[in-house]
Amino acid sequence: MAVASIQVSETPLVLYALRRADDALILGHRLSEWCGHAPMLEEDMALANMGLDLLGQARELYSYAAKVEGKGNDEDKFAYLRDIRQYRNLLLLEQPNGDFAHTMVRQLFYAGFADLYWRAMMKSGDATLAAIAAKSEKESAYHLRHSSEWMVRLGDGTEESHARAQAAIDDLWAYTGEMFAIDDSERDLIDGSVAVDPASLHPQWLKTVSDIVGEATLALPKSDWMQQGGRSGRHSEHLGHLLSELQSMQRTFPGATW
Amino acid sequence: MATPNTPLWEVFIRSRNGLAHKHVGSLHASDATLALQAARDIYTRRGEGLSIWVVPSSAITASDPTEKGMMFEPAESKIYRHPTFYDVPEEVGHM
Repeated sequence: MAVASIQVSETPLVLYALRRADDALILGHRLSEWCGHAPMLEEDMALANMGLDLLGQARELYSYAAKVEGKGNDEDKFAYLRDIRQYRNLLLLEQPNGDFAHTMVRQLFYAGFADLYWRAMMKSGDATLAAIAAKSEKESAYHLRHSSEWMVRLGDGTEESHARAQAAIDDLWAYTGEMFAIDDSERDLIDGSVAVDPASLHPQWLKTVSDIVGEATLALPKSDWMQQGGRSGRHSEHLGHLLSELQSMQRTFPGATW
Repeated sequence: MATPNTPLWEVFIRSRNGLAHKHVGSLHASDATLALQAARDIYTRRGEGLSIWVVPSSAITASDPTEKGMMFEPAESKIYRHPTFYDVPEEVGHM
């Protein structure tokens, strides 16, 4: 890497915004990888659209983190000049696209959460986060609808699509727990009504996902062992590959614009 | 490419209140719900719409291009059907 990574002063609020920004950027990047490769032109457009929704969310959250931090960082520096250990996204969102079923299951698990999360965050005591939530909620609501419709068709489709959808659920299930976990830095923000306690969203999330998975004639795993680490910078190998592609241009030609 | 699993749908968008739905194009989808989603993703990305209709292309009965002489030429010589031979009184104003 030709350019040194930036230092970030991770106060609780900066960290909180960065975590959500990283979620949006990494999932948005994953969806953008489908561009030109989706099963059909119509889905190519749909996936790219959703990727752009998430990129927009990431930009707003990074900009807010930069403003709160006040150390001269900006959205581009956060995205392009942090190392893998400085990324705070959920492990679920960095998982490779796999087949279309994997992408749709990842999308269902996350959008089902994000829809509830942003709706709750519209009541945040932090005016900027509340405004970002109001915009993001409509986007997440559509992402949930999109993935739900596909889940039902994949699960209740052919033998092949059913098997692939079930395999995707089984593969990704262990990454869902991290969405509902918090640490001490978030506890204060929750107590201060800046953040919502994600654990409070879990029952409704589980019902939404269970209903859709049930309608799709699929089943959720019984296992409740959950993988964590993304929120504190401990990532799977996949994120390294993603970042090397995402950051190569700015690392090689610092400050390049066009 | 039309396949039995993803038939063709025609998409109509109404851009504003008070206007009619207008044909904007077509797409492939396995059923009406996914066709509506795809129409949203393909044809309203730049704020073009307030309402979408999707119609199976197979539900459209179209005139036969080889019959256009019989179908449309007889109307061409009947210029008196255009209401351009009337003097509109000034009090009526702009019509």
